[in-house]
Amino acid sequence: MPDLSGMRFSQSHEWVKTDGDSATVGITEYAQSQLGDVIYLELPNVGQTLEQGGKLGVIESVKAASDLYNPVAGQVSEVNQELKEHPEYVNQDPYGKGWIIKLAGVKDNSALFDAKAYDAFVQGQSGS
Amino acid sequence: MVVTAERTPLYEEHLRLGAQMTNFSGWVMPLQYSSIREEHRAVREAVGLFDLSHMGELRLTDDVLAQRVVSRDLGKLRPGRAQYAMLCNADGGIVDDVLVYAMADGSHLLVVNAGNQDSDFDWIRSHGDGAVLNVGRDWALLGVQGPHAVGLVQRLADQDVSALRYYAFAEGKVAGVTGIISRTGYTGEDGFEIFCANRDASRLWRTMLEEGRDDGIRPAGLGARDTLRLEAGLRLYGNDMDAATNPLEAGLDWTLSLDREFIGRDAILRARDKGLTRILVGLRMLDRSIPRHGYPVVNDGERIGVVTSGNVSFTLGYNIAMAYVPPTLADPGARVGVDVRGTAVPAEVVALPFYKRPHPK
Repeated sequence: MPDLSGMRFSQSHEWVKTDGDSATVGITEYAQSQLGDVIYLELPNVGQTLEQGGKLGVIESVKAASDLYNPVAGQVSEVNQELKEHPEYVNQDPYGKGWIIKLAGVKDNSALFDAKAYDAFVQGQSGS
Repeated sequence: MVVTAERTPLYEEHLRLGAQMTNFSGWVMPLQYSSIREEHRAVREAVGLFDLSHMGELRLTDDVLAQRVVSRDLGKLRPGRAQYAMLCNADGGIVDDVLVYAMADGSHLLVVNAGNQDSDFDWIRSHGDGAVLNVGRDWALLGVQGPHAVGLVQRLADQDVSALRYYAFAEGKVAGVTGIISRTGYTGEDGFEIFCANRDASRLWRTMLEEGRDDGIRPAGLGARDTLRLEAGLRLYGNDMDAATNPLEAGLDWTLSLDREFIGRDAILRARDKGLTRILVGLRMLDRSIPRHGYPVVNDGERIGVVTSGNVSFTLGYNIAMAYVPPTLADPGARVGVDVRGTAVPAEVVALPFYKRPHPK
């Protein structure tokens, strides 16, 4: 199990890991297990400015197309190009090589869950 | 009101295997056990095991009634053979698509879609007297599909089932369980569908999984069933056709014996003479966007049709769809667009099926 202690999580099941004012964003283990086999991602362009909670892109699994939401405001500095050929990385390693975008100019992520609070949130969702 | 989804006799087996369950046509069914991609691959390369017990079975003992409701001439169907056919309404619309089995006692067994079994039963009864029985809930149905399926079933069978031709069936035993062993399927692969009594279903299911281990068997859910049937160009009732679609539009002319009377025949002939306005085609997507049921098909900015099924093709490595388009754009090689979230994604009309197994029997 990867170390999630430095990560923050959104209610829409994205994770964010900040390093100074830059951040890496992906979807959580719970999200990938709910989606099933990921086959395509529609992602923003480098340089695009994204609002917190705004639409980040679309993730498609065999089952359905789902919107991705941006957990923290910033400017897209990198998009995981590997996912074009290997969208299954999102399933295999959602916190590692399945990362989705990197953001620059990130300030505040205090509105997000920490790992423990996110875990409790997921327990509440899946138990209902 | 709480509507409870029906369970097949294999429900507990699916839970034991950790399946993700879903509601399909009023039945709670396994969507996937591990991964749709892996289950799909197992069927193409080894063997997959499906629970199809949600499917309906209707037994018709009146030959005249059977001939009236089924689109193909059953007089030509010999005992021990099955064929794919339509049930049509008086307007020529498709009530259901079915497999018709000619039984040794002269009766016909119709295998019908899960969600239609009760409405089909009522509809057939409205055209005849009491000569139809709804036996779907008494029977389980297991699909064993893939290149290793025949070898596996043969090892467990009490007779030479490998000699059965495609769309032929025999009554006999598999793993000591009495049933109907049918060389049919909905995946594009060789294999069998085995009907048995509900009480025997778990035993047959477990034996298959155990005995098939060296064959690379995997339980496969409805997710893989859908991606497999799409590659094989097999229509799904409710997605690719319904009561407002006639069989000519759905590209199913070959399931019609139009030289004889059956319900819907006159309307179908009229539609043919008038000329069709739409026809079901295969589409190959020319970029990576995924086409989905309900997405518009466009040409020069105009909406000209609609996608009825679409997904990735794991076997072919590109994305595919079935869609209705006007006959002028229905020939292989024609270019159209699929409206994916507001963008017209280029697609090429291709012949169906998308996938054919290498050495069909």
